[in-house]
Amino acid sequence: MAHEPPPGISVSVPRLVFGGTLLFADLSCRFAAGAWTCLLGPSGVGKTTLLRLIAGLVEGGRVEADDGRPLAGRIALMAQQDLLLPWLNVLDNSLLGHRLRGEGAGERAKRERRARELLARLGLGHRLSALPAELSGGMRQRVALARTLLEERPVVLMDEPFSALDAISRHRLQDMAAGLLDRHTVLLVTHSPLEALRLGHRILVMGGQPVTLREIAAPPGPPPRPLGDPALLALEAELLEELAASDARMEEAWASAP
Amino acid sequence: MGVRPLITALGLLVCWQLLVWATGAPPYILPGPLAVGRVLLARGDLLLEHALVTATEILLGILIGSLVGAASAILLTAWAPARRWLMPLLVVSQALPVFALAPLLVLWLGYGMASKIAMAVLIIYFPVTAAFFDGLRRTDPGWLELARVMNARPLAVLWRIRLPAALPALGSGLRVAASVAPIGAVVGEWVGSSAGLGYLMLHANARMQVDLVFAALFLLALMALALYFAVDRAARRLVPWQRETLPET
Repeated sequence: MAHEPPPGISVSVPRLVFGGTLLFADLSCRFAAGAWTCLLGPSGVGKTTLLRLIAGLVEGGRVEADDGRPLAGRIALMAQQDLLLPWLNVLDNSLLGHRLRGEGAGERAKRERRARELLARLGLGHRLSALPAELSGGMRQRVALARTLLEERPVVLMDEPFSALDAISRHRLQDMAAGLLDRHTVLLVTHSPLEALRLGHRILVMGGQPVTLREIAAPPGPPPRPLGDPALLALEAELLEELAASDARMEEAWASAP
Repeated sequence: MGVRPLITALGLLVCWQLLVWATGAPPYILPGPLAVGRVLLARGDLLLEHALVTATEILLGILIGSLVGAASAILLTAWAPARRWLMPLLVVSQALPVFALAPLLVLWLGYGMASKIAMAVLIIYFPVTAAFFDGLRRTDPGWLELARVMNARPLAVLWRIRLPAALPALGSGLRVAASVAPIGAVVGEWVGSSAGLGYLMLHANARMQVDLVFAALFLLALMALALYFAVDRAARRLVPWQRETLPET
């Protein structure tokens, strides 16, 4: 839905300490343009911090778009909490960004039409005037997805947006997101190896302190990949084992820390 | 709310009347509820006239105090210098007992309504400001970060996120205001006035018309209750998206 070609992003962090631990040292990585990169890793490894760094919410590194233009204003964020405003209805919540930027009333009718269309595609056409409290968790997160898409920004950062949902909602929302964001540069932080294997063009595993990144070959075929694929399931088991071992190592490191 | 609180109140009134009959207390020390009821009927005009004065003082006090309090809280939120320069002063000013200012207010503003309204404003200003400001600065950081990534204008963040999110806190402040404003008005009347329920009580007391004192007290309590429930209702209307989590009684 974005009009401009999405940029790739390169990040370099000389040194970043968060909560007393050295998360990143001489970290540099590149995220491909117009593709989904999934970031996996044990809790506390710094996945969210990396995402927040790119979003400009944390200082301490250099983040550049590879088309040379500034990234500010070209990023949309989707978090684990839906962050819907409880006093706004579904339609108004989905257009929050435009309201907060005070964008002119001239485009208003057009924007609203687009929002209605998108919400209808997401199965919310009949709940446009509902307040968030009247919706299920899955519906709320779909509104958050609509809000993210209506920002019309080429780079989308997602921090475990599906992890608080039940299995069925999660599956549906993953498919919707993969379909609607296929021409965006997407960074998806997730705990779930299966989610990464279903959705990622590229899969990066973060581990260690300070962090190192290791790329894992994504399963063949375009995302969203079918769950029944045996190659995908075999990879999931492998990845899970590796993450569990890494998680245990991190806990040991914390236990032995002064 | 149902009939149960009413039954409790009725029971207490019966106990009161029984106590008066049993002890044979003279009416100029402790009149029974029946005597008070007779005075309420017999001198209704007088009572109503004075009640109207006090009610006006209370309502204007709440209106002005809430507006000024809410505006102060918004100013403190939106403008950092105001926080640095005024906040400490605001807190320290609360060490001053407002009641001690009543004679001064009467001296400056006269025996009329102005000094009582000022008194009510002073007494509710701080609870409203403090509660609303507290709400304004406790906005969910997730919303603020989302707004930042959206390149929101600062004023829009204040107006469309911080302010609505702080309305429940403002509601709490207004409830406190509704329950303390009558105190401010009556204390103002005691210190110096020519009308109002406080004035009436003071004079009736001096003339041993204790039944009239009780009648005025009854009207005052009725007004305070009505005010509290009206404000409580308005405060709930203010935040229709907020669900009550305590079961209905």
